[in-house]
Amino acid sequence: MASIITYDEKKLIKEDGFDDHFHEHHHGDKYQTGFIFKYIFSMDHKIIARQFLITGMIWAIIGAAMSIVFRLQLGFPEESLAWLKPILGRWILLNEETGIGTLDPQFYYALVTMHGTIIVFFVLTAGLSGTFSNLLIPLQVGARDMASPFLNMLSYWFFFLAGAVMMYSLFLNTGPFSGGWTGYPPLSALPQASSGSAGGMTLWLVSLVLFVVSVLLGGINYITTILNLRTKGMSLWKMPLTIWAFFVTAIIGLLSFPVLASGFFLLMFDRGLGTSFYLSDIFIAGQALDYVGGSPILYQHLFWFLGHPEVYIIILPAMGIVSEVLSVHARKPVFGYKAMVYSILAIAFLSFIVWAHHMFMSGVNPFLSNFFVIFTLIIAVPSAVKVFNWITTLWGGQIRLNSAMLFAIGFISLFVSGGLTGIFLGNSAIDIQMHDTYFVVAHFHIVMGVAAMFGMFAGIYHWFPKMFGRFMNETLGKIHFWMTIIGAYAIFWPMHYLGMAGVPRRYYRFDSFEAFEQFTAMNQFITIAAIITFGASILFVVNFFYSMNYGKKQKVRNPYGANTLEWTTPIEAGHGNWEGKIPSVHRWPYDYGKDGNEFIPQYVPLTEEEKLEESH
Amino acid sequence: MATESTIISEKERWDGGTRPMGASYGKLMMWYFLLSDAFTFSAFLIAYGALRVSNPSWPVPDFVFQLLPESLPGEAGGWPLIFVTFMTFVLLFSSYTMVRAVQEGARENKQGVTVWMVWTIIGGLGFLGCQAWEWNTLIAKEHMTVLTNPFGAHVESGVYLEGDGHDITEGTTFVPGDPYLIHKYEGEYHQLKYRVTEGEETGIVKEQSFGPRAFGALFFCITGFHGFHVLSGVVFLLIILINVISGNYAKRKNGYEMVEKIGLYWHFVDLVWVFVFLLFYLL
Repeated sequence: MASIITYDEKKLIKEDGFDDHFHEHHHGDKYQTGFIFKYIFSMDHKIIARQFLITGMIWAIIGAAMSIVFRLQLGFPEESLAWLKPILGRWILLNEETGIGTLDPQFYYALVTMHGTIIVFFVLTAGLSGTFSNLLIPLQVGARDMASPFLNMLSYWFFFLAGAVMMYSLFLNTGPFSGGWTGYPPLSALPQASSGSAGGMTLWLVSLVLFVVSVLLGGINYITTILNLRTKGMSLWKMPLTIWAFFVTAIIGLLSFPVLASGFFLLMFDRGLGTSFYLSDIFIAGQALDYVGGSPILYQHLFWFLGHPEVYIIILPAMGIVSEVLSVHARKPVFGYKAMVYSILAIAFLSFIVWAHHMFMSGVNPFLSNFFVIFTLIIAVPSAVKVFNWITTLWGGQIRLNSAMLFAIGFISLFVSGGLTGIFLGNSAIDIQMHDTYFVVAHFHIVMGVAAMFGMFAGIYHWFPKMFGRFMNETLGKIHFWMTIIGAYAIFWPMHYLGMAGVPRRYYRFDSFEAFEQFTAMNQFITIAAIITFGASILFVVNFFYSMNYGKKQKVRNPYGANTLEWTTPIEAGHGNWEGKIPSVHRWPYDYGKDGNEFIPQYVPLTEEEKLEESH
Repeated sequence: MATESTIISEKERWDGGTRPMGASYGKLMMWYFLLSDAFTFSAFLIAYGALRVSNPSWPVPDFVFQLLPESLPGEAGGWPLIFVTFMTFVLLFSSYTMVRAVQEGARENKQGVTVWMVWTIIGGLGFLGCQAWEWNTLIAKEHMTVLTNPFGAHVESGVYLEGDGHDITEGTTFVPGDPYLIHKYEGEYHQLKYRVTEGEETGIVKEQSFGPRAFGALFFCITGFHGFHVLSGVVFLLIILINVISGNYAKRKNGYEMVEKIGLYWHFVDLVWVFVFLLFYLL
């Protein structure tokens, strides 16, 4: 039975809203006095979200630019890099006679290491989860702000500090850390092991410990806000999937990052005090070192106990964003909402018991590997449930193919392509051939690197009006999308073949190996694709800052016809988000196309018919 | 808030607009912090376990931790673990006084809170004092450092060929598992010579080898990390005590909740000690 529901948003919220007596205590507004406390040391979650986003973007540009430099080295090892001398200084070795500049091999490793560290932690953890958890959690659960705005501010500033320390390490005489983003001992434990293992590694450790503090402060806040500050009626089963994703992400971070910190503390002792937690029987330059009884495998266990959940910390927020964007722009309810939630929970649980699949070739017991193989492969089940549900959400929808939607669809494509190769790598037997090859590089770049970036782009295009009151340019957005998805596949698809042929990752150049000479053209192709894709990202950055000031203005509160609560706040929302009462919630967030209504926001009470249906 | 005075049914608890677990956000945040900190300590203790089982021998706690830090291990009159039991008792007793402080806080009895918090601080400082004494004995008298561990345990049977002037004399025999301490005097460790009396190597003369290096490093690292937690706890207790005395909490809507939150932390630190005690001293 179709019945069109009519309602007056303002009147409804005024009469039916949740009165939390916000204006009885005015401390809320004293945060916003003066430029410094409004924009810099802000305690407003919306400002902090923007701080996370823009800092993350700066790091993304740095991290991506690094990849371009080492891609140039891999694609065109014979070409002169002398033109980079003004930027990279003495890391470009200039041949006095010919004038040909080559990349210092030591710096090549530093670039690879920094690229990984920066993108994984600063961009895809802080930039993605930090931005959208901050922006959306209070707005979508109907809270004035985070549970503790002060700790939330500290969370950003610890991240900033971590970034500052890492940035400083780039300018050290001995260069930043160069032993791979995983920081395995002995390269990371012995300051004399390589030039990057000296001061660079010390700063790397300091930076990441600060980063752990930032993640914990943020995560504790997110969990508490979601549990304690939901508006009236917002039961757990009425929360948007974004909130579920951020909630579970925060829990994973809370349980895994401390273990990384412990691992780092022991590493610091090895470096600073000369203990042997991770070291045993080491020779450097023919000299036996005085380390006995430690185990580098122990570090790997502690590292990957974070390291594996970390990839879900990266991908889950992207999944949440994509679910929301797909549903809004397909004008259809998310297919299998509860299955989506349960699969998030299942993925989170499994993420804690699969870490050693990164260590099949490290000398762990093969019988132990069996356990990890089985649970790794089981992750494919909840992942497949999610993919199925996304596609079914699109099925028969009134799809609006705007930039946000394109990126959300692109996410699904990438997640499928990258996820399938994960099933190969999760088998310990196939991993003997594949480990540490370009196959692995291709796998994780597609499934958690590019896919998570696509989730982030979808989120930025979708919620840009919420952040800046303007829309991003759609034409540029679509160019950005098509260049990026084609570019990303052009970069990473060929890498699977390289990997299957045994091309190892992290090598400085391949033209000196007879076995890999045949791949010269392929490497050149990948490099060119990478440069073009980088260009697309620059286009995005231009679009971002241009639209912030000159984009099309947001005129109505709810431009997409979305159901979630963030679209009920004023366009230029002050601190506290809602002027009067907070809307109270009566229905789930995905009532699109129900009973002839195009959409029914969450604050609209159930009709008599609906109540009857619900009681059945 | 208006909703708090009305009775909320079990179902409505989770429906928003209220605190589902009846705990304020501050208390929840403390719980989540403790949860994450539990993982920090778990990682350390698992590292301890991994390194311990991968070493062929491990020092015997009953031997290392003797009655009083003043007497050297192995000497007559050593009562194993008595001192650390006292330490543990002091710390656990401070948990009791903490409970009392929280209880008095719920009754809004400022004087009661003050008295019991002072006792808790004394307990915390007492534990730290004991720990300092223990560390001092290990470092200054027994010469254990993060790099050198003079506490060993034999892996074979043998007979000593020289004495150390303490409990070992020439002709003292030992079996696998027997502990020893390599004494350091005149700036040098003196590893005693012995002859193996059983197995394939019978008759071979060897000298005492240093104990597993990880023992000292882990001991100082983990008990140090725990001690740092206790120290931070004492500092926070002091700050909160000052706030209690100045009457800041009496004016607040949530009263002495801050005392309750530091109480949660304090009990957690005690609980962690129980595990440290178990792994380092009992097993």
